[in-house]
Amino acid sequence: MKSRFLLAAAAGVVVLASGPAFAQSVPLTVYSAQHPQVDAMLAAEFTKETGIKVLLHEGEGPDIANQLIQEGADSPADVFFTENSPELNLLDEKGLLAPVATATLALVPAKYSAADGNWLGLLARENVLAYNPAKLNDAELPVSLLDFAKPQWKGKIGVAPSDGDFLPLVSAMTKLHGTEATLAWLKGLKDNAKIYDDDEGVAAAVAHGDVASGLINNYYWYRLRTELGASKIDSKLYHFRNGDVGGLVNVSGAAVLKSSKNQAEAQKFLAFLAGPKAQELLGKSEIDFEYPLRPGIAPNAQLTPFSELQPPAIAPSDLGDDQEAGQLLQQAGLI
Amino acid sequence: MTAHEDAPRPALLLAAGAVSLLVLLPLAVTAFNAASIGWGRAVMLLWRPLVGELLVNTLLLIACVTGLCAVIGTAAAWLMERMDVPGRRVWAPLMVVPLSIPSFISSYAWLSMSSAFATFGGALLVVTIAYYPLVYLPVAAALREMDPALEETARTLGLSPCAIFWRVVLPQLRPALLGGMLLVAANTLVEFGAFALLRFRTFTTAIYALYRTGFSGAEPALLAMVLVLLCIACLAAEQLVRGTARYGRLARGARRSAARYPLGRWRHVALPGLVLFALISTGVPLGVIGFWLTRANSAANTVAGGAWTDLLLSLWSSVGLGLEGAVLTLLLALPLALLAARHHGWAVALVERCAYLGQSVPGIVVALALISLTVHHLHPLYQSRLSLLFAYAILFLPVALVSVRAALSQAQQRLEEAGRTLGLNGFAVLWRITLPLTAAGLGAAAAMVFIGVSTELTATLLLAPIGTHTLATQIWADTSTIAFAAAAPYAAATALLSMSASWLLAQRFGASRVEA
Repeated sequence: MKSRFLLAAAAGVVVLASGPAFAQSVPLTVYSAQHPQVDAMLAAEFTKETGIKVLLHEGEGPDIANQLIQEGADSPADVFFTENSPELNLLDEKGLLAPVATATLALVPAKYSAADGNWLGLLARENVLAYNPAKLNDAELPVSLLDFAKPQWKGKIGVAPSDGDFLPLVSAMTKLHGTEATLAWLKGLKDNAKIYDDDEGVAAAVAHGDVASGLINNYYWYRLRTELGASKIDSKLYHFRNGDVGGLVNVSGAAVLKSSKNQAEAQKFLAFLAGPKAQELLGKSEIDFEYPLRPGIAPNAQLTPFSELQPPAIAPSDLGDDQEAGQLLQQAGLI
Repeated sequence: MTAHEDAPRPALLLAAGAVSLLVLLPLAVTAFNAASIGWGRAVMLLWRPLVGELLVNTLLLIACVTGLCAVIGTAAAWLMERMDVPGRRVWAPLMVVPLSIPSFISSYAWLSMSSAFATFGGALLVVTIAYYPLVYLPVAAALREMDPALEETARTLGLSPCAIFWRVVLPQLRPALLGGMLLVAANTLVEFGAFALLRFRTFTTAIYALYRTGFSGAEPALLAMVLVLLCIACLAAEQLVRGTARYGRLARGARRSAARYPLGRWRHVALPGLVLFALISTGVPLGVIGFWLTRANSAANTVAGGAWTDLLLSLWSSVGLGLEGAVLTLLLALPLALLAARHHGWAVALVERCAYLGQSVPGIVVALALISLTVHHLHPLYQSRLSLLFAYAILFLPVALVSVRAALSQAQQRLEEAGRTLGLNGFAVLWRITLPLTAAGLGAAAAMVFIGVSTELTATLLLAPIGTHTLATQIWADTSTIAFAAAAPYAAATALLSMSASWLLAQRFGASRVEA
């Protein structure tokens, strides 16, 4: 009798110890091209809410997309969370994505997600020119992104062609101006530009005056300003206007892999990302500086209001899959 | 005689052969991937301005780094070994400390002070400081072992100390100096982390850029082959220098240590110079880490909460990987070292050369090769801890081999033979006689591999199983996104781990082992 009581007590202890937080022990594997600090913040919140642990694998968008294609049906990934829509389009073309739950798709305006509903748009970012006023007069600022191929920009523009954020800009240009004009532009850029490894490098170089201006996504400038202190940054942002390709708005999105064995949990994660809590966290945080796409969520107050941006009219799902852009970069000798 | 005249046992030859094949595996996969692209496209991809720029960038940096390392390393060695510098006992260890600070840690430190260091000059500074001990150590050893009689003769013939250095000492230093310079060149070629953080473009960072842009297989492999050929050229030259040129002493018997020259009025230059150098090489990296540590809570881009657990978890996985990597590397090095230390012949030489060839394959190339191999053909190993450990073993086998081989050569074979005549079988001889006799050498090898693995960045970044974060990958994640304060605790832990392990190594196994 006594031993049976002990056994029951022991069982009770085990149940208590495993607790509600550990009830669902299958961890969710997320391949992410977002900033590691953003991932860590979101993963911690998701685990707190659902008890589902998150395993993160991080890298640059295009390399993770390529990795997912290589892994194919054997991929351990459940969710792909990335900074640009072309990588998602690529995986969608390869038939690797599962449809996003309709209720989740309804949480953000439809124009920011995949036309076939296979990936979900979550956050938006603007392409901008960072420039150093000590090195570049406001009168010298360009009208169009295309201007940077002109000789007067020689040595005055910095780019990061191997950053995942540069490819969509090239894709957008082929969409708006054709392949030939894009290649010619890239070759001009190759002659004129100082080359950096990533947008962080470009942002830092412009702030320090190593190069007069640089093409980046807006949030790298805010992140740098936050790290250095607002009074210590010597660069400013310039927004391309009138629907110029330079003002392209990129969309961070997420998708569930068709090969995932945790479909329900993966869908739950996507719903969480578009949910009020995560979107609010992202809007408020001093580490992301993207525009939350869920209606009614305010972006970081430092950002230019989303309604004031004048991006070109290209839907994220029309931006293509970056494959041609990569080839063009190689042909122009930029990578 | 230390080597058996008889042929090695087939089992030993087989085991050693298998290990050297494993070492060559990434090279073979890379060559195969590169060849798959076809001549036309290969020529198109290689004959581009970009490759030319990378070559110029890389070779120019190597020329400057090796030149600077040669001057600084030799000057420091001359000061420490031949001049009456006050406080040598303090200065001499300080000269070697930079070797135990991983180069991506010091580039983190300089970069976080000012992005002005993200230039050629910054890359030159960081790499020179990281690798000049590779010249300092062999040159200092050569100075210690030099026959003082030659210098004394020169002095009695009326040469000034300066003339003695140029005409008598420097020619004798040539093998050590050239060997050290080539090691510096080879290390600069394969360096990735420091250059990537400083945004200096070389072959390793270009390969990574291609990989990031979504290219895998042929394109990065082609660039990798160019890099590997440059590395092989360096290492072959180093072998040549080490193999042929040697200045011996004719006189046998006890060795005298050479007289030291008085510093004289140079004192006013040498002492401030040493202080300045120690400040730049050690003071700045450690000081900057300390500065960011104090800002850890105030700076942005730092996720609050859970910081300590994250730090401890990363430390735990760095140490764990370091230990497992050291064990695996040692296990693989043993058959090779046994073969090389105890037997001769063409087969033995071939197997040993192959193992050293692995040194010419940079971490990023090994990692990409293992990924392309496992994702398609060895899927159970894909993203596994084991494949990461194998990458470490391939990268650090040459380091272990030098030390294990030397220890085995020193162990008295008569004791092993006595054991055998007393009826012990081969395994028992190894376990009860050889291993205890060589314990010090094995320990040194293990410690060196541990230090290398626990602070390794490149292979870890690409091969670490999902959810495994090490100190190095955390620093990478934070520094490449300009979150310097967030990286500080990890940088401090890495520097502490590496420096304390190096100190233990030097204490227990003596300075001569560290040099190998």
